[in-house]
Amino acid sequence: MTSLEQSSLDQTSGGRAAGEQREGLRPVPYRGGGFRPVPIRLIGPFVFLAIVALWEAGSRSGVISNLVLPAPSEAFEAFSYLVESGQLWRHLSASLQRLVIGWTLGTALGITVGLAIGLFSLARAGLLPLVSALFPIPKIALLPLFVIWFGIGEGSKVATILFGTFFPTVIATYGGVDNVDRTLVRMGQSFGLSWRSIVRKIILPGAMPAILSGCRISASIGIILLVAAEMIGAEYGVGAYILMAGSLFATDQLLAGVAILSMLGLIVSWLIGRLERWLLAWRG
Amino acid sequence: MDLLLRGITHRYGATEVLNGIDLTVSEGEIVCIIGPSGCGKSTLLRFIGGLERPDEGEVLLSGEVPAGSLNPLTYVFQDFALLPWRSVEANVSLVLEDHPLSAAERETIVADVLERTGLSDFRKALPRQLSGGMKQRVAIARALSVRPAVMLMDEPLSALDSQTRELLMDDLVALWQRERFTACYVTHNLAEAVRLGHRIVVLSRRPGRIRTVVEIDRDLGAREAGDPKLDAVQRELWQLLRDEARAADREIADDVA
Repeated sequence: MTSLEQSSLDQTSGGRAAGEQREGLRPVPYRGGGFRPVPIRLIGPFVFLAIVALWEAGSRSGVISNLVLPAPSEAFEAFSYLVESGQLWRHLSASLQRLVIGWTLGTALGITVGLAIGLFSLARAGLLPLVSALFPIPKIALLPLFVIWFGIGEGSKVATILFGTFFPTVIATYGGVDNVDRTLVRMGQSFGLSWRSIVRKIILPGAMPAILSGCRISASIGIILLVAAEMIGAEYGVGAYILMAGSLFATDQLLAGVAILSMLGLIVSWLIGRLERWLLAWRG
Repeated sequence: MDLLLRGITHRYGATEVLNGIDLTVSEGEIVCIIGPSGCGKSTLLRFIGGLERPDEGEVLLSGEVPAGSLNPLTYVFQDFALLPWRSVEANVSLVLEDHPLSAAERETIVADVLERTGLSDFRKALPRQLSGGMKQRVAIARALSVRPAVMLMDEPLSALDSQTRELLMDDLVALWQRERFTACYVTHNLAEAVRLGHRIVVLSRRPGRIRTVVEIDRDLGAREAGDPKLDAVQRELWQLLRDEARAADREIADDVA
């Protein structure tokens, strides 16, 4: 074996250079990494607990005046009283009923109209300008009108939530339909699939990611509008409870009500997360 | 069943993309259509499959559709066109669901085509779990499931790396030897054309016209890489296409081809 062959073939050992001739050599500077947040468990709850603990300590030591902000323990007491007296369930069930009915109807109508706008030129030409004009109106501003149209009772509250969730769902749905891969639609046509099959098996599942992110947004809007609607002429409901607490300056009860809303939001978001994991399992 | 193209001419706006295409695809042969990019190859295939209508001319079928054919003109797409939310078997069964078949019949067909394409072990896999080559095998299985009279293949191997492409070409040759399917095979890859085509139709640059038709009378199974005769044909085709390819490369695209 000549020395030339040896040096060209014997690359795996590499032992010759190691240990000797280090001077003048330096490692390539590392420039990669970062820009990729990874989930860290328990940090979120820890931050939350730390803030509450700090707040509690501040209240007890007198740094935070009770008049300005009640201690978390007081808010918790107000919440415990709500649970014990059975009032919690009364308020919560009234609110949940309005939210579920309003959001379900709004979402169902929104998906239907969104699909129509996504599929038919006539619906797009006729309805899209209307949707664009009505979407930015704060539905709370229309609440007095809804009271006149649908009555001071449940009707106006459900209608507020319905209208509030309808528009974002329409926009999410037709955007999702627009983004469905056209080659998949052409594939369906080339195999002679019926129009119904193409809509049901190709377009609807293809638009589902967009529809579900629309649901996330509309659920939050629904909760915001729920409280606003319950501030007019509602006997029960989380919004009515907060309004009453506010007008009595019972800030501990007010905070308990706000905490209930926050928990409601978390639960709804968790439910939609489950739904996404189930319906969009194919995305991996 | 034969396929006849008569005087196909088409324009997109002011640009003429195809001009006076006359072509016959006979039963049992693979006709490859090659040409520089933007010459209207894929458009021509869309006319043949009835997904688009030409401005002038017509695409005609002659002879009976073979018995049991559910979808006589069936595409295989370049980007596979598999539904990402359906498993391999569900992607195949999708194209059977609109036909009056019982669940058991459907299941038999699905099992059969997956067996013939070597996919039986991948029935439950989702498209994202498969390599490009496997995805295209699923698409071919799906095409076979409707018992096509003519397969319309739009650059079926162009999205694959060269090694996978070799493997799939072998698969297609083996499949043709078993089933003698009819195909219209659009490609820009000359090696694929000389390997798979009984006849090779060379289109000119936009507007696409038929420049020449090269016939290769060697059995598909006997064709091998490095065959001097095939290499000669491939060189000849490249001579034909070279200047046009260069000109096409320098063109400014202003519409879809």
